Amino acid sequence: MKNVYLDNNATTQVAPEVIDAIIPFFKELWGNPSSMHYFGGQVKKYIDTAREQVADLINAEPSEIVFTSCGTEGDNMAIRGTAEALGKNRKIITTRVEHPAVLGPCRHLKEQGHEVIELGVDSSGQLDLTEFRKVLGKGPNIVSIMWANNETGVMFPIPEIAAMVKEQGGVLHTDAVQIVGKIPIDVRKTPVDMLALSGHKLHAPKGIGALYIRKGTKVNTFLIGGHQENGRRGGTENVPYIVGLGQACVLAKKFLQDETTNVAKLRDRLEAGILASCPSTTVNGDRVHRLPNTTNISFQYIEGEAILYHLSDIGVAASSGSACTSGSLEPSHVIRAMGVPFTSAHGSTRFSLSRYNTAEEIEYVIEKIPAIVKRLRDLSPFV
Amino acid sequence: MWDYTDKVLDHFRNPRNVGLIENPDGIGEVGSMACGDALKLTFKLDEKKRIVDVKFKTFGCASAIASSSALTEMIKGMTIEQAEKVTNQDIANYLGGLPEQKMHCSVMGREALEMAIANYRTGKTGKKILAGKVVCTCFGVTEEEIERVVRDNNLTTVEQVTNYCKAGGGCGNCKNDIVQIIERIRKERESKSASTQKPAKLTVLQKVKLIEETLDREIRPMLKRDGGDIELIDISGSRVIVSFRGMCAGCQAAPSTIKDVVEAKLREFVSKDLVVEEDKS
Repeated sequence: MKNVYLDNNATTQVAPEVIDAIIPFFKELWGNPSSMHYFGGQVKKYIDTAREQVADLINAEPSEIVFTSCGTEGDNMAIRGTAEALGKNRKIITTRVEHPAVLGPCRHLKEQGHEVIELGVDSSGQLDLTEFRKVLGKGPNIVSIMWANNETGVMFPIPEIAAMVKEQGGVLHTDAVQIVGKIPIDVRKTPVDMLALSGHKLHAPKGIGALYIRKGTKVNTFLIGGHQENGRRGGTENVPYIVGLGQACVLAKKFLQDETTNVAKLRDRLEAGILASCPSTTVNGDRVHRLPNTTNISFQYIEGEAILYHLSDIGVAASSGSACTSGSLEPSHVIRAMGVPFTSAHGSTRFSLSRYNTAEEIEYVIEKIPAIVKRLRDLSPFV
Repeated sequence: MWDYTDKVLDHFRNPRNVGLIENPDGIGEVGSMACGDALKLTFKLDEKKRIVDVKFKTFGCASAIASSSALTEMIKGMTIEQAEKVTNQDIANYLGGLPEQKMHCSVMGREALEMAIANYRTGKTGKKILAGKVVCTCFGVTEEEIERVVRDNNLTTVEQVTNYCKAGGGCGNCKNDIVQIIERIRKERESKSASTQKPAKLTVLQKVKLIEETLDREIRPMLKRDGGDIELIDISGSRVIVSFRGMCAGCQAAPSTIKDVVEAKLREFVSKDLVVEEDKS
């Protein structure tokens, strides 16, 4: 049986080069970078290098990078740290389709008395910028809007949003976990104030991430403790994984071109192949402003979990926004926010590729899917 | 992935009795596209009124398909009377168990079967033969349906009710109503078990035990709310001697509490001939 991994928005395989870079930091270079002896001291320079490598991928200054344990930590630090720094009565603007790592802290702040506005999206998963401008208002309000959606791959116009927020004197955080390493990001050109990224979405291990904080942005310390990360995050550095994230960012930069050419081509082939061979099948979300690796397809009249189990039986790993896969009873909040009808929502299936996928794998999936869809439709009382 | 048993996966991968019977003797339809799962069940009876053929169509997850398939295998060959005794727990057991959050799949099977039987008997079709007050508007679950899963499966929390019939799994506005239904059934169950445990003729020891239990369950919590308490002093034939403690001792309402509360409860749960007196010594 083949193994075709098409769930890269959930997590990615760790690049072999990243593993090679990490191992010495378990075996020999395991000192504490804060120590006043050669044993720990020699490790510090590797953290500095990794910080430069991460900064380089998004064209930031190394001093603007804070290492975190994951994307969720970066989002929490940015949103809650800014709210705390700016004090009470700040407006917080976000969207209904954010990852729980953003919606969670925003709703928590709402309970604490902040005004929180969750913007809706249209059927293509896009924001209405006129509405955004209207609710934004003048002053140091906090805006947290994702750069690319994890479920549909739909990209929000962060450059336009950033310009509007700057103009009004607000602070902009963007959850860029899905986009970093897939599309070129330049924080000098796009004036976001904070940007969260996660290692395991770009072929580094789980348990490491980074938050970009533009020089001069007021963010309260989240993990209070030692002097590490320039006092912005206490706790002894996770040296091996920091080195791994640095290496992953070097690779991401090297293969950036690959994402928008080869990976996009494979994704387009997969999407076209499925749409051609399976009737009553639609793509969810804006197909133009979209990550090159993601497609979210709804198979009408059948349910996502059943599709995933049949796919898994033939070695194909994908994901679904159906109710059953999450253990909740309603389809994903992203799919619902887009107003996808129930006939399609429960059968929404996400395929997310990486540079490790091959044309042969994609052809295998295209060949196998129609039989699975037919099987489940033969069972469905709605067909 | 879910922790499905091999039997669930087998019935999901190789569902038995898929399809619809033409001119069936009974047809039952439950669920909807909006709910995320739906089942259409049809059966045919032979001249001895046994289910000779049964077929299903299901929209839903792996366990919804497996539960439907299992149900058809279980009821084939049964009489209507036998089939209507099948519970959702029987379906889950047949499959070697279902994850707690997936128990509603087995309930969907039982409901479809019930509707198909009702359709056979009354000729009525339509999705809600079992009418009644809708408690959960998100998933269209009635009070009757909630009561049924609570009773059949001895459920004690809202979370369980959601797992078994989806009620409360949407906006959550009905959670208080569900708490009340659970509470009502719990009380019914307790008083029922108390009365069924009561043997025809009690030995002295049984009587003492039952009186103590009743005081504990029915009377003490009430007295303690007012800072009081009660103690069993002695039993002589049908005479029960008690003594009040705390705020109840010397309370002016004590005599009426003895008659209207203590005696009434002990007569209800222990024996009709009891007379309760306060210890004055």
